[in-house]
Amino acid sequence: MSFFEIENLSLSFGGVKAVDGVNFAMEKGEVFTIVGPNGAGKSTIFNMISSFYAPDEGHIRFKGEDITEARADAIARIGIARTFQNIELFEHSTLLQNLLIGREIHNRVPVLRQLIFDPGVRRAELEHRRKVEDVIDFLELAHYRDERIANLPYGVRKKIELGRALCVEPELLLLDEPASGLNPEETEDMGFWIDDIKNDLGISVLMIEHDMSLVNEVSDRVLALNNGCVIAEGSAQEVQNHPDVVAAYLGGAA
Amino acid sequence: MRVLFKTDYNQDIKFAKHSGYVFWYGLLLAGVFLAPMALDTYWINELTRVLIYALAGLGLMVVTGFTGQVSLGHAAFMAIGAYTHAFLLTQGVPFFVSLPIAALTSGVVGLLIAIPASRMTGLYLTIASLAFAIVVEDVVIHWEGVTGGNRGMAVDPPMLFGYEIFEAWEYYYIVLVLLIMSIILVLNVLRSPLGRSMLAVRDSEISAESLGIRVAHTKVLAFLISAALTGLAGGLFAHFIQFLSPETFGILLSIQLLLMIVVGGLGTVHGAIYGAVLIGFLEATISIMKDWLPPAIGNQPGLEPGLFGVILVLFIIFEPEGVYGRWLKFRTFLENFPFYRRNTFKRQRSYLKTERMR
Repeated sequence: MSFFEIENLSLSFGGVKAVDGVNFAMEKGEVFTIVGPNGAGKSTIFNMISSFYAPDEGHIRFKGEDITEARADAIARIGIARTFQNIELFEHSTLLQNLLIGREIHNRVPVLRQLIFDPGVRRAELEHRRKVEDVIDFLELAHYRDERIANLPYGVRKKIELGRALCVEPELLLLDEPASGLNPEETEDMGFWIDDIKNDLGISVLMIEHDMSLVNEVSDRVLALNNGCVIAEGSAQEVQNHPDVVAAYLGGAA
Repeated sequence: MRVLFKTDYNQDIKFAKHSGYVFWYGLLLAGVFLAPMALDTYWINELTRVLIYALAGLGLMVVTGFTGQVSLGHAAFMAIGAYTHAFLLTQGVPFFVSLPIAALTSGVVGLLIAIPASRMTGLYLTIASLAFAIVVEDVVIHWEGVTGGNRGMAVDPPMLFGYEIFEAWEYYYIVLVLLIMSIILVLNVLRSPLGRSMLAVRDSEISAESLGIRVAHTKVLAFLISAALTGLAGGLFAHFIQFLSPETFGILLSIQLLLMIVVGGLGTVHGAIYGAVLIGFLEATISIMKDWLPPAIGNQPGLEPGLFGVILVLFIIFEPEGVYGRWLKFRTFLENFPFYRRNTFKRQRSYLKTERMR
């Protein structure tokens, strides 16, 4: 039994087979990367893991448990957090509030007590705040703590979204193109953080990425998709040199 | 310019973030508590009206400003609060028992409405709330045994421990204290996980869900709190107008409440209060102005709704963040003078998909 497993996953939108019988498994402590040209079905797989889409066929298993039918708001509680390709932050709130929202699944205080805000609520809030501050320190975001998201540049937002997912304290982190829109320096930083997330925080990472320098740097294993089907799996080097992958990206007589 | 040194996480939880808060809000509190001594009955009544509007607006703010669900039916919750309270009083229930029951009844109705409504979004939810308000108005008209139907229903002055509240200033204090308690309740919501979940649902449902926030559950709770506060305002309004009739709580009142929070500033407690002050006193100003204006203009029918409409349009075009947003900009200007940059509040729109403060 693998840590995280996808078995024969398929989903069609009308006549388009977006994902067609995809299988893969990843182990705990791995950084597993999915690559592939636009429209290959990468984000669709993520959205099925998050239960935003229900697959037509197949199963998703996490630590041996079938989570295919789980509700979208249950996924975080099971231990899977994610980021989005186009950044889905809460624009009108501050960085601090955004990260505190990431603590939602760890909130145990009943609503009635929140209305009164008794000392127990305050203690719980301070505990959340300490966890959030750890993440702020980890990602070096202290400078922006009280800024509203709407006023922050893109690279910082990308980091905040990663931070918000870390506040969930997941076992598995889904990163949808963590380096898109970042400059080379920021991309390099992102690589260091993903390494730290794996080694220091012990969180396994499932990632979609186009930037091959980042993929080479952090991935333990790579899976290549094209038109919803798996075309190659292995180390970053193996996948990049695979003839089908070359053909998918460059076209050609393969 | 004030630079805040933060040395304790409690500083971000406290209501008074620095000594300026203590001073200005202390001054405001002193002002509203001393006001009846300096004012005559007419103005005390006008002030009471503003406070009741503020309470109703605060209720609507929870669901529309914080949770992003635009409701055009909040007059119905005021009606439910008002009629429940008035009916219970006729049954001999004491004032301070009847009022919470009225608020709770309104809240429970809000909850029942929200369970199906929380599956809808945007315009559809707004239409549903509008339909709900029309149904409530019809129920009020036809349930004559309780509401008096179209004949209306007289409401006696409140009785407190065998003492009848006749004077305007006495009632003013009751309303004021209840409003302050409600504001504290809403501020508590905002600084706890529930309030943050509401803001999350407003700004991005999809990412709220991925963080484990139960979106429908959050919306239902928002409706419950919102309807209870607005119902409480309704109960207080019943004594204020002294006579209830179905048309009091029509669509115009719903629109007026929505207008209030938009003009005041969506998404802030301040917005509900500023909006109530502005709209409440606008009514008074218009009625005074009517005597000054030439009769051809002053006696035009529909002058009031017309002016409200113009104000709403102007705010949506020129200051979508309302009076409170404008004030924040002005304050920043003062704090940074002479270094204010014209573009401080210009958004980096290129990254925004849409302006999502609905």
